[in-house]
Amino acid sequence: MGSWLRGTTGIAVFLLLAEAAGRLGIISRSALPLTSAVLARVVLLAGNARFLADFGATVEAWAAGMAITVAAGVPLGVLLGSLPGVRDATRAIVEFLRPIPSVALILLVSLLLGPGLRMSVTLIVYGAIWPVLYNTIAGIDGVDPLAKETNLAFGFSRLATIRMVSVPSAAPFIATGIRLASAVAIILDIAAGYITGPINGPGIGAFIAQESTGAGDLTVILAATVWAGILGLALDLLLMAAQRRLLRWHHARLGEAE
Amino acid sequence: MRWLWRCVVLIAGVAGWQLWASAAGSAFFPPLSAIVTRMHRMWFSGPAAHLFLTPDATANIAPSLGRVLAGLAIATVIGLPLGIVLGRSPVVTSYLNPLLQFARALPVVTLAPVFIVLFKIGTQMEVATIAFGTVWPILLNTIDGAASVDPVHLETARAFRLSAWQRLAWVIVPAALPKAFTGFRLSLSLSLILMVFAELVGSSSGIGYEMSNAANAFDMRFLWSTIVLLGILGYLLNALLGGAERLLLAWHSDKGRD
Repeated sequence: MGSWLRGTTGIAVFLLLAEAAGRLGIISRSALPLTSAVLARVVLLAGNARFLADFGATVEAWAAGMAITVAAGVPLGVLLGSLPGVRDATRAIVEFLRPIPSVALILLVSLLLGPGLRMSVTLIVYGAIWPVLYNTIAGIDGVDPLAKETNLAFGFSRLATIRMVSVPSAAPFIATGIRLASAVAIILDIAAGYITGPINGPGIGAFIAQESTGAGDLTVILAATVWAGILGLALDLLLMAAQRRLLRWHHARLGEAE
Repeated sequence: MRWLWRCVVLIAGVAGWQLWASAAGSAFFPPLSAIVTRMHRMWFSGPAAHLFLTPDATANIAPSLGRVLAGLAIATVIGLPLGIVLGRSPVVTSYLNPLLQFARALPVVTLAPVFIVLFKIGTQMEVATIAFGTVWPILLNTIDGAASVDPVHLETARAFRLSAWQRLAWVIVPAALPKAFTGFRLSLSLSLILMVFAELVGSSSGIGYEMSNAANAFDMRFLWSTIVLLGILGYLLNALLGGAERLLLAWHSDKGRD
């Protein structure tokens, strides 16, 4: 409980300092709104129907994008991890596709599909699949060869060995890859909305883009940003809790490749 | 044999795209040869004295790279020392931890309008966006690394009467570096995403700016050229980082990269 108390104290001190800096004129009020004003707006936004719809759209795109990412990335990673020959051969192509920053595709995909859920999901899958793929491959790579050999010696097929030995022992790596992917997915989700959204697009990004046209009220933008941060944190905590619960049996809970 | 296969698959992929795109004749997917010709004409057909770069290339590619490097440099200069200090002071970190986690979860793209107001549109705002977005992975991973220094190593260093500075330079920093590099790798790919985003949102030069011009003019070859260029830059930056890592961490058993 000590760490909770300290953490809360840290947040409180930070907020008070920021408020004081604004009131004492250390940070000009015309540049940044007061902390108290932003916090009040955070509460108000929770009752704003338009913001709630945009918030929901962001969560929806995240969920759909992550579902496809995991459904495609994990099996592909298992396949490439189990067949070093294929992985080696496709490596050059993967190494050229991966560094393309996914935001670079926003304009292309928005021209192709138009703004909305389909565009967001496409971009999320392109950006988020790499951490899942790489971590799955790394996890499969790190499987104890002795465990695999033992299973094969007992007469299980290669496929059964992958299912019974490789995938379970790579699970922590896969879980970490999914968490990294989730962070990328939120950024893309919001960036895509922001860039294509000023004209009636869905999502928190679009909400912020609409609010920042014209004079632009920073109080609303910062309040929406706080909600975006809360969303990011909540999804990360959710995935971490799921990882802990599902991998309770595992000796190495947190795998990390990249 | 490995190289041969990689080349064969890469060539097959490139040829497949070329043939498919020429046959399909889609406006959205120009053949690779058209993209490469366009890239050459636009950026790499300059005089030898300018390394074959055209004025258009020096006016747009150079500023983009400069912003990425400046943003990463600021993030490193802040994140690395601060991470080592915080990693060695668990009590202070426990006060700051929720704030740090929240800042990391914050999708930095939502802050673009705030940075535009604070720094005005242009290089300052872009560098600020990149630095703010990339400092967290470096900082949090360095904290992790510095916190996990083997106590036996530190005791040994004390027993040998190494001064505090010597312990820092010879024990703590080397122990924190592998983790810091993990963070830096995440920051590098993030920095490209943020560079493109910031230039799409508010800039009058740079690759992102060219990209938005291309999309507005519905010039697909131009748009694809910028995408391919970003892929190449991402690849080169990653390769550079991989080289630096091998050089600096040659002594370390777990070099991270496969």
